[in-house]
Amino acid sequence: MRLLEEGRGELLGWLDPDVARRWIMQNKTRRPLDKRMPLRQAVQRFIRDGDYFAMGGFGHVRVSMAGIYEMIRQGRRHLTIAAKTAVHDIDVLIGAGVVDRVDCAYGFGHELRGLSPTGRRAVERGGVKIVAEISNAGFQWRFKAAAMGLPFLPARVMLGTDTFHLSSAKVVEDPFSGKPICLLPACYPDFALIHVHRCDRFGNAQIDGITMEDIDLARASRRLILTTERVIDEEDIRSNPDRTVIPFFLVDAVCEVPYGSHPGNMPGLYYSDEEHMSHWLSMSKTDEGVSEYMEKYVLSVDNFSDYISLIGGQEKMDYLRRVELLHTPLTVPWARRG
Amino acid sequence: MEYNRTELMACAAARVLEDGKSVLVGTGLPIIAATLAQRVHAPNLLIVFEAGGIGPRIPMIPISVGDSRTFHKAVMAASMDYVMSCAQQGYIDYAFLGAAQIDPYGNLNTTVIGPYEKPTVRLPGSGGANDAGSLCGRTVVLMQQDKRRFVEKLDFLTTPGYLTGPGARHRAGLPDDTGPFLVITQLGVMGFDSTTKRMKVLSFHPGVTVEDLVQNTGFQLIIPERAATTDPPSPTELKLLREEIDPAGIIIG
Repeated sequence: MRLLEEGRGELLGWLDPDVARRWIMQNKTRRPLDKRMPLRQAVQRFIRDGDYFAMGGFGHVRVSMAGIYEMIRQGRRHLTIAAKTAVHDIDVLIGAGVVDRVDCAYGFGHELRGLSPTGRRAVERGGVKIVAEISNAGFQWRFKAAAMGLPFLPARVMLGTDTFHLSSAKVVEDPFSGKPICLLPACYPDFALIHVHRCDRFGNAQIDGITMEDIDLARASRRLILTTERVIDEEDIRSNPDRTVIPFFLVDAVCEVPYGSHPGNMPGLYYSDEEHMSHWLSMSKTDEGVSEYMEKYVLSVDNFSDYISLIGGQEKMDYLRRVELLHTPLTVPWARRG
Repeated sequence: MEYNRTELMACAAARVLEDGKSVLVGTGLPIIAATLAQRVHAPNLLIVFEAGGIGPRIPMIPISVGDSRTFHKAVMAASMDYVMSCAQQGYIDYAFLGAAQIDPYGNLNTTVIGPYEKPTVRLPGSGGANDAGSLCGRTVVLMQQDKRRFVEKLDFLTTPGYLTGPGARHRAGLPDDTGPFLVITQLGVMGFDSTTKRMKVLSFHPGVTVEDLVQNTGFQLIIPERAATTDPPSPTELKLLREEIDPAGIIIG
């Protein structure tokens, strides 16, 4: 295969497939162990300063905010995020000083809510460094290559663009068609944090609705922490094995955290809390506001249920459930009208 | 009926979509336009979201292209892998994208304004835009038009249009029969010249003059002797936009 062009972005998370296999053979148990543990313990055991990681879900949808708050409380530093549609997750992690390097498909934006003040400020001042660019499908298929145990996957994206020039991919001549094709290097993050609807104590997990990149991300990540709305009985998993999207042998920790995606959306259970998002977006306009937010909602609370009390408790979560089920109209404080 | 520029853009974009075709939809105005098309004239428009929603009946505007509204009463709740693979196979006819900058060949920038190493503004990056612009049949761009946004040279080429001109997509290895189709702004609707692949005016929005377009474009636009006038939004379209699709005024204001 003739090499035509190489991106100059930093290559992160890549492993020789035999090195990756050996690591899995030696470190991932096939025993059905009870992996339930407090989130604090899971973060202590599996997340280290300097790690390269990805968040499950979609930035502000089915995202383990509980896991993020715990990383902040434990003062993790110098992490590099695989920003595969990173939205509120990356915003809070940059604001708290946990993440200072970004491998970027999508970051620094809040989708319809506009650009993120914190993330932008950090990049524009130079406090956060972008180490590579990529597209969303590019990241998805980097995880897929790892999930398949391959060194790379070919794809017809990024060709001819600066996104490619700043990526860690390569373009070669496809030996079959003779056309240029982009090779996406496998990506094995040190860890991933994925929030799911339910799983059993071993980590067999079900997700309701779209799975984004999580089926492949779960297989690509070396360590996998699941936060879950609910721990269910093994028999409930075995009665519906077609519903399992993450099997237990991929999972290192199971942490039960109801409402763990707040203020993000949890499909079928609660919609995103736009009041709270608006509050964050306005506070995060200044460094002082960010510190004040962290102090109030993250550092001065012990656990996620205390946090839920702080943001409006059961009443707020019941409201967000009604919005999710389309029983109550959504109010959007940051909307152009309103 | 009175209408604002965003409503006009949404309607102009919605009318592009044909019943029985498929469209991959990005964040913002594209969602509004696709939803409107589905409600007005294209009930069998297959709306697809990059995070995995396939064929939803969108109840109201989703805030995220991955939130629960994007697979409400859908035919399938799939994954990014599934949707992007469909696009790579040729199942997606249209893509609706936004952008911060566009050049005469329809290349898009959503990554940085200013030098890459020391940007004036850091934008989100490609997201799914590069994939959509690489893999879908016809790309439709919805954005504001002014001299800072319509530029001869992009600060960063995030998503491929016609790259450097005729034949460039093919030479780069991008799939055949793909590329930018229309650019819809607050001033008019533009297409691309079939020979040069440079942007040309197709219709002016009501009240917009040639001078308005020239003054708000940082490169030489192809302006035909006679260009059409964009049809204004109908009362039905406006009612749907304001009362059902975006009742909170998130995008249309």
